[in-house]
Amino acid sequence: MSSILIIVFLPLLASIIGGLGNRMLGNNVVKLITTGALFISCALSWPIFLSFVAGDGASSVEPVLQWVQSGSLSFDWALRVDALTAVMLVVITTVSALVHLYSWGYMDEDPDQPRFFAYLSLFTFAMLMLVTADNLVQMFFGWEGVGLASYLLIGFWFKKPSASAAAIKAFVVNRVGDLGFMLGIFGTYLVFGTVSIPEILAAAPSMSGTTIGFLGYRMHTMDILCILLFIGAMGKSAQLGLHTWLPDAMEGPTPVSALIHAATMVTAGVFMVCRLSPMFETAPVALGFVTFIGAATCLFAATVGTTQWDIKRVIAYSTCSQLGYMFFAVGVGAYGAAMFHLFTHAFFKALLFLGAGSVIHSMHHEQDMRYYGGLRKRIPLTFFAMLAGTLAITGVGVYWLHAGFAGFHSKDAILEVAFARGTELSQFAFWVGAFAALLTSFYSWRLMFLTFWGKPRWIQSEHVQHSVHKTPQEAGEDTTGGYQPHESPISMLVPLGVLTLGAVFAGFIFNPQFLDSAEFWGGSIFYNENLILAMHEVPLWVKLSASVVMLLGLFIAWMAYIRDTSIPGKFVVQFRDLHKFVFNKWYFDELYNLIFVRPAFWLGRKLWKIGDEGIIDRFGPNGAALIVAKGAVAAKKLQSGYLTSYALVMLMGVIAAITWILM
Amino acid sequence: MIGIEHYVVVSAVLFVLGVLGIFLNRKNIIVILMAIELILLAVNINLVAFSAFLGDLTGQIFAMFVLTVAAGEAAIGLAILVVYFRGRGTIAVDDVNRMKG
Repeated sequence: MSSILIIVFLPLLASIIGGLGNRMLGNNVVKLITTGALFISCALSWPIFLSFVAGDGASSVEPVLQWVQSGSLSFDWALRVDALTAVMLVVITTVSALVHLYSWGYMDEDPDQPRFFAYLSLFTFAMLMLVTADNLVQMFFGWEGVGLASYLLIGFWFKKPSASAAAIKAFVVNRVGDLGFMLGIFGTYLVFGTVSIPEILAAAPSMSGTTIGFLGYRMHTMDILCILLFIGAMGKSAQLGLHTWLPDAMEGPTPVSALIHAATMVTAGVFMVCRLSPMFETAPVALGFVTFIGAATCLFAATVGTTQWDIKRVIAYSTCSQLGYMFFAVGVGAYGAAMFHLFTHAFFKALLFLGAGSVIHSMHHEQDMRYYGGLRKRIPLTFFAMLAGTLAITGVGVYWLHAGFAGFHSKDAILEVAFARGTELSQFAFWVGAFAALLTSFYSWRLMFLTFWGKPRWIQSEHVQHSVHKTPQEAGEDTTGGYQPHESPISMLVPLGVLTLGAVFAGFIFNPQFLDSAEFWGGSIFYNENLILAMHEVPLWVKLSASVVMLLGLFIAWMAYIRDTSIPGKFVVQFRDLHKFVFNKWYFDELYNLIFVRPAFWLGRKLWKIGDEGIIDRFGPNGAALIVAKGAVAAKKLQSGYLTSYALVMLMGVIAAITWILM
Repeated sequence: MIGIEHYVVVSAVLFVLGVLGIFLNRKNIIVILMAIELILLAVNINLVAFSAFLGDLTGQIFAMFVLTVAAGEAAIGLAILVVYFRGRGTIAVDDVNRMKG
């Protein structure tokens, strides 16, 4: 049996055992089974990836089962392994295994641990199915599987109304994207007569230039197909327009945010576009659309991230913004750079999320950064992990040494390639990306400064007050309130340590393979040699731009949150409207409420009151019941209890019978 | 000459009187018993009249049976009535309405 089968199906097996065994097996057994399964998967994934890195990996397809044979439609369950899949395999299994381990500590006091671990493993399985898919339908299976797992995990604490609402929102918004994805798959089948990915990619170039009727218009076949598929990616990867579910998804437990909403599931969209990159290459309009949406998301999410107070929300918007980077990298044709950023981002963003989880854990579940401060000395290990993550996401590195943290390599590459591409849209993406990098640096350091530097402001937090049984007045001068933040247990610190290594070295080590090696990719993505050459030839100021804006952002954050902490307040007063606009997330939620949610509710209520209750129920079941009830009331009167009336009825019956017989 | 028609008419009148006695009576149960008696006698007159007219004794024998049954029925009816009166203290027709669900 080949190792890919074990990698993919072991988490499913663990999930089934853990989920069905649940309380019968007990917390520890389920945790051991699921975590163990994931570590085995992880251990088997790395050799596959490293063989591709070493250059002796070969693409293969492992058949599993026959699936559908219907007329000209036929496809099977099969697991495809090539360089692209190998990258995703290590990202998924590594982060998932570490998150499983981390959850031992983080979820220690939760009453439903078996369910949590079963869901995590189920998610991992679905994600692995997605990335190993050999045809679009199997990919869709994984796509929906991760959506389901995401729903279950966001709503894991389903007794909290906000968590339930967030889960439903995530599911519904994703459904909008999935509609696009489904139409894309149908359209692809219509045009190519197959859903097998290799066959579609092989046939795609010959289709460029043809047109197809869609919604009454003639459009370029490939453009419309790719845009439809990309709408699916927009939903899953929380791109502008369909991003509203991601910040709300932070209602889920923090390990979930790290695994699903940072490292793996939200990158599925990027993966999908990369997997279909030869197809997207034949659709210039679609690529332009991707570039634009990516750049817009990148800017939008970064601006919102600068104003949020909830530590997890800041990181969520940061994720959204980084996904924007990946998409505009894809849009300008640098699939390798996008996958590289996906790879490094998985490490440092999972690290940031798990670090934030560790901070939240130590601060008695307080998530508001206004009530942090001065935690550097109290939880030093978490601090160093978060510092590494911040250095990685802001892209700290020295250009002349070609050495830096993970984000330095991948983000710089994306900006350079956007500049090198040379089209107007890619120039736009470059400038937006550079500005977003400034904002990234600002909000990341803002998070660090608010959390780890400055004076403790813990006593303002209700959670801390609850813990130390004091009000701010009682605490007086002592702004810590006597609260002792505690460093997280070892099971949480080990994943932080491993991810720190990833955040520091992942970019440096794998830079040549991801960016410069067509051999590494081995045809699994579209590789544009000229673009990569042009990328290395961009002017020096472009190469230094990311580092410059990073320093600028750091400086602004330092000025505002360390040097003179009155600056943010003054800024908000000065630019009240701007701040309000950004703080309220550009009013997307309000807009959607107005345009979609409220009319939908209105329509639903009308259909319910008029259609259902007024017509169907009234003349259907309720009407029949009413007739029976009224008939019964009438019939009841016949049974008066008077002997004489019974005798009369009997007589009339006899007379009727006689009449009948005589007639 | 009194023919068969006269007997039949008398019997029919008696029968109708009995039936009406059951339905129109609002007094007490004894009247109902009497009305039933009346109906049975109307039937008896019919039986005997036809028996004599047709020269077939079966009808007259049958009338004897009917009289016997009527006597039994009256005895049982009155017994029930007595028990009922002991239990409820009334035999007014309007108060006897417990035969319902």
